[in-house]
Amino acid sequence: MSPILLRVSGLAVRYGDLLGVGEVSLEVFEGNAVALLGANGAGKTTTLKAIAGLEKASAGEIEFAGERIDGKPAYAIVGRGIALSPEGWRLFVQQTVEQNLRLGATALRERARLGELLDRVFALFPQLGQRRRQRAGTLSGGERQMLALGRALMSDPKLLMLDEPSLGLAPAVVDSLYETLARLRASGLTLLLAEQSLELALEIADTAFVLETGRTVLSGPAREIAERPELARAYLGAAL
Amino acid sequence: MILLQLAADGLLLGAVYALFSSGLTLIWGMMNVVNFAHGDFVMLAMYIAFFSFTLLKLEPIVFVPLAAVLLFALGGLVYYALVRHVMRGPMLAQILSTFGLALFLRYTALWAFSANFVSLPSGLVGGVYDLGGLRLAASHLIAGFSALLLTLGLHLLLTRTDLGSRMLAVSEDRVAAELVGVRPDPMQALAWGLGAAATGVAGALIALFFYVSPEVGNSFLLLAFVTVCLGGFGSVPGALLAGVAIGVIESFSAYWLGPATKDAVVLALFILLLWVRPQGLFGRA
Repeated sequence: MSPILLRVSGLAVRYGDLLGVGEVSLEVFEGNAVALLGANGAGKTTTLKAIAGLEKASAGEIEFAGERIDGKPAYAIVGRGIALSPEGWRLFVQQTVEQNLRLGATALRERARLGELLDRVFALFPQLGQRRRQRAGTLSGGERQMLALGRALMSDPKLLMLDEPSLGLAPAVVDSLYETLARLRASGLTLLLAEQSLELALEIADTAFVLETGRTVLSGPAREIAERPELARAYLGAAL
Repeated sequence: MILLQLAADGLLLGAVYALFSSGLTLIWGMMNVVNFAHGDFVMLAMYIAFFSFTLLKLEPIVFVPLAAVLLFALGGLVYYALVRHVMRGPMLAQILSTFGLALFLRYTALWAFSANFVSLPSGLVGGVYDLGGLRLAASHLIAGFSALLLTLGLHLLLTRTDLGSRMLAVSEDRVAAELVGVRPDPMQALAWGLGAAATGVAGALIALFFYVSPEVGNSFLLLAFVTVCLGGFGSVPGALLAGVAIGVIESFSAYWLGPATKDAVVLALFILLLWVRPQGLFGRA
């Protein structure tokens, strides 16, 4: 079995008196695609933000490639090889496509590789190459998703985390996005994916972790998880 | 001929307005923090110029860069010691803190340098050039052209370099900037440093032909606010065009309506413009 790349154990995040997540544990093996499932408000975004260093863990540990990373700031974590493409993409819309991509490589230590990484993104998304001098704000929804993904890839991450990548996209665009993700995974990139759409997430994922009100309630191989009745409960609430 | 003369004078003065306003627009546009001490940064730079010459016998070619370096350091210091902390607080705290800084600088200057008006000798950068009837003072020419070059340089730094791109990224979305690996604090300190340095150069250049006193910053602050609003917050090219426009308007209204009315004319036009275009000439709606 491949080694564990990311291990989150007993993670809790507080917003003042509010509990963002209470007890999240998960493991991501190198080269795997892992889905983080759960209803809105279950804590998927908070978990990803805590791993990326945007939220402070009030309890628990986050370990990446064998080293503790909880408590480190976001700008340091991306340099260690974790890229997060946040919900809503958060592109720098005032800047050009190329500037966005170059910004994505800020944490890259070997600056000589910048050109090679740019070429890789343009090979993956030829449309971005055609629009490299255009402002990101002028792009369509599908192109914005490509740019967000491209920007995250520019740091040459070992682990790519995506928060609701398909949100607000047309079905055809979502299909091509998941094709791209499958290609990235086949090329050896490790993926951690928070996705509302069960169908999409389970299509690509090897394993899945299900969150319910801030705790991990279920985990296992994606295909088995899909069959479990607890999954429906996590999504639809205990009332059912 | 007189019109051409007025236009030329206005353009040169306007370039200097543009330079110290681009300092303000950089800080304001990038961080949403209004620096009320901006006029007093100009004042400090003018005193640096004055004392460099009178006490240290330094030439303008030395004291203008010196003012830039000292003000850069001051800007960075103000960010780390003051602004970084109040930025997390409410808007009112930010306003009061830079306002307090303005008062602190002004009254420290008053205490240290007295309220007397002083000025550099008018012949410091000598002479008047006569270009086919157009008479231009060397001090105005030097001030205008250096200001123009620096304003353009600042613009290129922001739009054409990775460093500028990172600074703008922090201003647009601090969280996203952190996610790609930009450390926000050094970028914002740099924005304050560059903004203050631009102001420093402008102040030292203005000192070549303008009196210096602890209160002198007041009029420059108002002028910078108008320029920044007119040009659009955060837009350096906007500040350049607005600064030049204000310089020219002042120059003409001082001639036609008398020097006392020039500020009134600028502000009246400013109000009219805000009526039709509240986001400024180049601002984003």
